Amino acid sequence: MKNKMIEKKKKAVEDFFAVLPHSISLGMGIDFIRDGEVGMSMPYDGKLIGDPQTKVIHGGAVFALLDTCCGAAAMSHPEQIGPTATIDLRVDYMRPATPSQRIKAIATCYNLTKNVAFVRAVALDHNEEKPVAMAAGAFVTGV
Amino acid sequence: MEKNFPEPLALIKKRRNEALSKLINSIPYISFLGVNFDRRGDEITAILPFKDELIGNPSLPALHGGSIAAFLEISAIIGLSWTQIWRQIEDTGSVTGSSYDAENFFLPKTIDFSVDYLRSGLPRDAYARATVNRAGRRYASVHVEAWQDNRSKLFAQGTGHFLMPLNI
Repeated sequence: MKNKMIEKKKKAVEDFFAVLPHSISLGMGIDFIRDGEVGMSMPYDGKLIGDPQTKVIHGGAVFALLDTCCGAAAMSHPEQIGPTATIDLRVDYMRPATPSQRIKAIATCYNLTKNVAFVRAVALDHNEEKPVAMAAGAFVTGV
Repeated sequence: MEKNFPEPLALIKKRRNEALSKLINSIPYISFLGVNFDRRGDEITAILPFKDELIGNPSLPALHGGSIAAFLEISAIIGLSWTQIWRQIEDTGSVTGSSYDAENFFLPKTIDFSVDYLRSGLPRDAYARATVNRAGRRYASVHVEAWQDNRSKLFAQGTGHFLMPLNI
């Protein structure tokens, strides 16, 4: 019975995030969904370049991936029903993402109250030892 | 003694507009989102014309948090760069300005960026203006305000810290 619920929830999160036009235009895809934890990734693309001299993708594209992944993590929390909306999100850009590499994000919803979900996330490229960026944010629950 | 006549207005405008468009056109992500800028003197306003690819939740519909954040971060980076370029081309100490040296201009790098989503982004054009609150030698602190129909009703605001390039 519990497994059936988890599968249903996973499917709902997958379906919700598969149709977001901005996520589609950035090529985002879900890697995995667990209770309150989601992995998503996005391919490198020349159109996302933010610094022409280094060919590094714009921080805004990384921000979009982290925001989407955090929202999905909040939605996949066992006690959360329905979609969420971002209240605030802060991203620390620790190092430039290596050009031509896929960016992967992993978000965890580590606390959920009646009104707010607290989420943290990390963005990685092929060098998984050193994160590209980290995010922390709050999301509205029960929208 | 020779009198220094001011530069013709058309020449001044051409220099400023060319510098700004050179800066903007060099960044692919700005054209990917479709952001453009309106310049009045040294003040610039970023404009995000609405298009379907900016939508997050299609059932509301509302702008994606990611497109809003990217729009704010672009406004902050361009706003900050523009203050540097303006100094380079206008505050030359002589009557005439100098041209913008795009080849040797480096963009500031984002250290961190924080976005406050005040209300949901409606499916229509958005505007943003950045204020450089601190511009030191090593880093700058920039605040951005974004609105849609009413200037006094912000739908998002952001604050970011940027590593300063060694431009000037």
